[in-house]
Amino acid sequence: MAGAKENIDRDTIEQVEQIDVEKYKYGFATDIKSDKSPIGLSEDIVRFISAKKDEPEWMLKWRLDAYERWLTMEEPNWAKLDYPKIDLNEIYFYAAPKSTPGPKSLDEVDPELLETYKKLGIPLLEQAVLAGVEGAKIAVDAVFDSVSVVTTFREELAKSGIIFCSISEAIKEYPDLIKKYLATVVPVTDNYYSTLNCAVFTDGSFVYIPKGVRCPMELSTYFRINEINTGQFERTLIIAEEDSYVSYLEGCTAPMRDENQLHAAVVELVAHKNAEIKYSTVQNWYPGNKEGKGGIYNFVTKRGDCRGDNSKISWTQVETGSAITWKYPSCILRGDGSRGEFYSIAISNNYQQIDSGTKMIHLGKNTSSKVISKGIAAGFSDNTYRGLISAHKKATNARNFTQCDSLLIGDKCGAHTVPYIEAKNASVVFEHEATTSKISDEQLFYCQQRGLNAEEAVALIVNGFVRDVIQNLPMEFMVETQKLINISLEGSVG
Amino acid sequence: MSNMLEVKNLHVKVEDKEILKGVNLTIPKGETHAVMGRNGSGKSTLSYVMAGKEGYEITKGEILLDGENILELEPNERAVKGLFLAFQYPIEIPGVATMTFLKAAMNAQRKARGEEELLTPDFMREVKSAAKMLEIDSAMLKRALNVGFSGGEKKRAEILQMALLKPKMCVFDETDSGLDIDALKIVSEGVNALRDANRSMLVITHYQRLLNYIVPDVVHVFSNGRIVKSGDKSLALELEKHGYAQYDEST
Ligand SMILES: Nc1ncnc2c1ncn2[C@@H]1O[C@H](COP(=O)(O)OP(=O)(O)OP(=O)(O)O)[C@@H](O)[C@H]1O
Ligand SMILES: [Mg+2]
Repeated sequence: MAGAKENIDRDTIEQVEQIDVEKYKYGFATDIKSDKSPIGLSEDIVRFISAKKDEPEWMLKWRLDAYERWLTMEEPNWAKLDYPKIDLNEIYFYAAPKSTPGPKSLDEVDPELLETYKKLGIPLLEQAVLAGVEGAKIAVDAVFDSVSVVTTFREELAKSGIIFCSISEAIKEYPDLIKKYLATVVPVTDNYYSTLNCAVFTDGSFVYIPKGVRCPMELSTYFRINEINTGQFERTLIIAEEDSYVSYLEGCTAPMRDENQLHAAVVELVAHKNAEIKYSTVQNWYPGNKEGKGGIYNFVTKRGDCRGDNSKISWTQVETGSAITWKYPSCILRGDGSRGEFYSIAISNNYQQIDSGTKMIHLGKNTSSKVISKGIAAGFSDNTYRGLISAHKKATNARNFTQCDSLLIGDKCGAHTVPYIEAKNASVVFEHEATTSKISDEQLFYCQQRGLNAEEAVALIVNGFVRDVIQNLPMEFMVETQKLINISLEGSVG
Repeated sequence: MSNMLEVKNLHVKVEDKEILKGVNLTIPKGETHAVMGRNGSGKSTLSYVMAGKEGYEITKGEILLDGENILELEPNERAVKGLFLAFQYPIEIPGVATMTFLKAAMNAQRKARGEEELLTPDFMREVKSAAKMLEIDSAMLKRALNVGFSGGEKKRAEILQMALLKPKMCVFDETDSGLDIDALKIVSEGVNALRDANRSMLVITHYQRLLNYIVPDVVHVFSNGRIVKSGDKSLALELEKHGYAQYDEST
């Protein structure tokens, strides 16, 4: 069986390599003379993207309005992040990743990256896709199609009325839903990066769960491959109607080689009465090399709206990649009795910088929230937790519990905790616990005495440190996350 | 090679202070030796230096394990070669279930020796039988290693690890302290069960009582950074009666 599949894979790749993939798939080589969009950002680029996506007029207008607003905005600088100014005129906003020349075969890929894939147990063909080998992506699509995973999956979901498609498709197929919900959680003018995203987003996912439906599977696991080429500016929208439930897994658990410097995604979640949305992310973009060169700048806006009474949204994130991470998945607890949760593992090594946390905005009565954040800093990295817990005047009996633990490995890295609390009524109970610890020489020696080498010892201790959060991950992610932690911390001791 | 451990003229400094001042100790294969001595005389230091802990400056001497000098090896390399130290104060590893730790340690050693990883059912069987012998209940195995364990539970967990890792040279640093009478018996039985012709043991203790259970072939008296007298098990009884005063050096 496995052998047969491998043959299909190889054949398909070979076939695909025969044709000029880019021209075949995107077909715009002729109208712009090269296979990249023009460099930089302008109104024309926004029009170009909208045209590429074959979008309706109202969408183009929406993008252009966002672009107008964005022109008046300034890049925020309050985060504890230090990076050279990003020159937007140096960026290709519609660089379909395949159009930037990638390696021709796995032989041309950074051996360290391949070593990592091997450790994660990723099959060869997937490795090729992840590493951006030209032609591989389409081959994978083809293979997937041939075994019709996509179709069976979609059909099964459709039976219960669930919509799960790309946001580009949704704009064309379900314009009423898009018009009703898009930018209702993260307003168009929310922040510099999210507004930019409105103007130039290229793709992302759309999920709609009808009333009373419990989504029968974790969404998006197998999309690991298909989602990769959604580009720098992803846009995701998930709507859970009354009494529904969905668990969505985002991302890719293998580090991706990516030439794009700037990523600015927007994710919006809407939970109606009694609905529950569980959103899990494993972020493992290229973190740059040991000297801090290269790597992704990741500026993400993720927000969930607990719109109905007794609704629940929970964010779980494992952040191990990117050179710069700026990310605060938040919950607006609007419905009475609604609940928000944020579980986070953020690991930084070498010269990575992370400024991440959450906002829990309590608006309704008897709302509750829970925050568990585990930051691990190694090498020369900087790791900041930034959190806001606020309660409105009407949010009587609002409760929050925050636990924020930092673990330092070595003495050249930094961990910081920046909690903000605003309580506008007296019945609020907010609890905050924070600890900072180091892996002690005693712990390391003890583990080594039992036969673990220094790296294995650190990985084991770190896995123990993050246990509370790992337990909240869907099964699919647990094992991979543990492996990922080990890989991210390589070279952090000794 | 018939000696499991040879410590030859070992001199060790900690922060410029000489703690070990010429230790000589030879343990043949299959023998169990006891070391007794005053607080602060350097017994734990000796065990740490054997195991390769950082922070000790070895100014002279060598340590051979089964004929091989181990002083240049990492602590984990020594462990893989079969050296095990039951700590006087076992270290807490928060969030790591005892079971998880056991498996990690066993597999790390197997991996280092080029052996296959243990299959979970085999691992479970081994742990269960060892835990049963030491009367450790399965609830404890699910708790984070040593976190919130009582003094006696910590010591038992050490012996459990030893029983599973099957080292050839076992060093016990005051494993008896903190054990109640029943536990002392159980732990001793656990240790005795592992005694065989290819395994040697070094038992550091303050109390003769332990040596009624784990009967040593040789007893050494440790004083001021070296072994000053060796004898058979009756030496322990004599020490109990007369104390260490006769071994103190006039300075
Ligand atoms: N890191 C250190 N820094 C300074 N002095 C040290 C250090 N480690 C050990 N010592 C000193 O070395 C001497 C020997 O200590 P060690 O722990 O080896 O004694 P011991 O014989 O095991 O004592 P006990 O019976 O109380 O366990 C003591 O005086 C101790 O204070
Ligand atoms: Mg001691």
